[in-house]
Amino acid sequence: MVQHGRAHLDASFGAISDATRRGVLEQLGRADASITDLAEKFHMTLTGMKKHVSVLEQAGLVTTEKVGRVRTCKLGPRRLEQEAAWIERYRKLWDHRFDELENVVLELKRKEGNDGRNGR
Amino acid sequence: MDATEDETKSPRNRATVERKSDREIVVTRTVNGPARLVFEAFTKAELFKRWWVPKSLGLTLLSCEVDARVGGKYRLVFEMKGSPPMAFFGTYREVVPGSRLVWTNEESGESGSVTTATFEERGEKTLLTIHELYPTKEACDADAGSKDGIGETFEQLDELLGTLGASAA
Repeated sequence: MVQHGRAHLDASFGAISDATRRGVLEQLGRADASITDLAEKFHMTLTGMKKHVSVLEQAGLVTTEKVGRVRTCKLGPRRLEQEAAWIERYRKLWDHRFDELENVVLELKRKEGNDGRNGR
Repeated sequence: MDATEDETKSPRNRATVERKSDREIVVTRTVNGPARLVFEAFTKAELFKRWWVPKSLGLTLLSCEVDARVGGKYRLVFEMKGSPPMAFFGTYREVVPGSRLVWTNEESGESGSVTTATFEERGEKTLLTIHELYPTKEACDADAGSKDGIGETFEQLDELLGTLGASAA
């Protein structure tokens, strides 16, 4: 359970490490397409394309919907970008907070030093 | 100008953020100064209000009450230009001076997280760990996402910081 977040990110990175899959994402960014369309465009067998799409689907980068006999693919919730973006936002917020915290602590430290010297 | 320590060569302290599980977010950072003083900055209102809401966020802190005893309450009220004030409040569950602080976040009702701050002294510095535990994955996602007031402040922060990190459109 602890590894879930990382496993998910790994799945996303794995999905886009392949040139065909990146091409499929690009293609779907322009328009939704059926698996048959994609297989033709990338000169692949239907089975081969199905495998690629399934990897993308598992990573949340693509969703598919079967209408009649045609399975249509479209871009998924793009979780990779979302996750990376919110982690970076969150990190920046905390860094700003901690920078100011550090200033407060440094001031306390200095004050203590002065008190110590002037104390007796 | 204050050159107490010449640290031009040492790398800046940098926070790390990790989504440990569906319900947990962990932030860590090293802060210059002893744990005792860092803890003090968390538990005294007049100090806490000076750093918890960074000036750069464009928020105004209207009030800040901190009663850092087990069972004691805190309440922070912020205002952002053009928005109604937002209140954040909760209860301290554990208070161990210089090492550990646990508080609840009650403003979101049942979806509120429990925050555990631990302070570990490392020489002249303190390793700070902020652990947020949410009751559900959804609550965790919502807080990390951008559909609340904090999300807006993040956006302001992003604008301010420009293109520091890898940004995703």
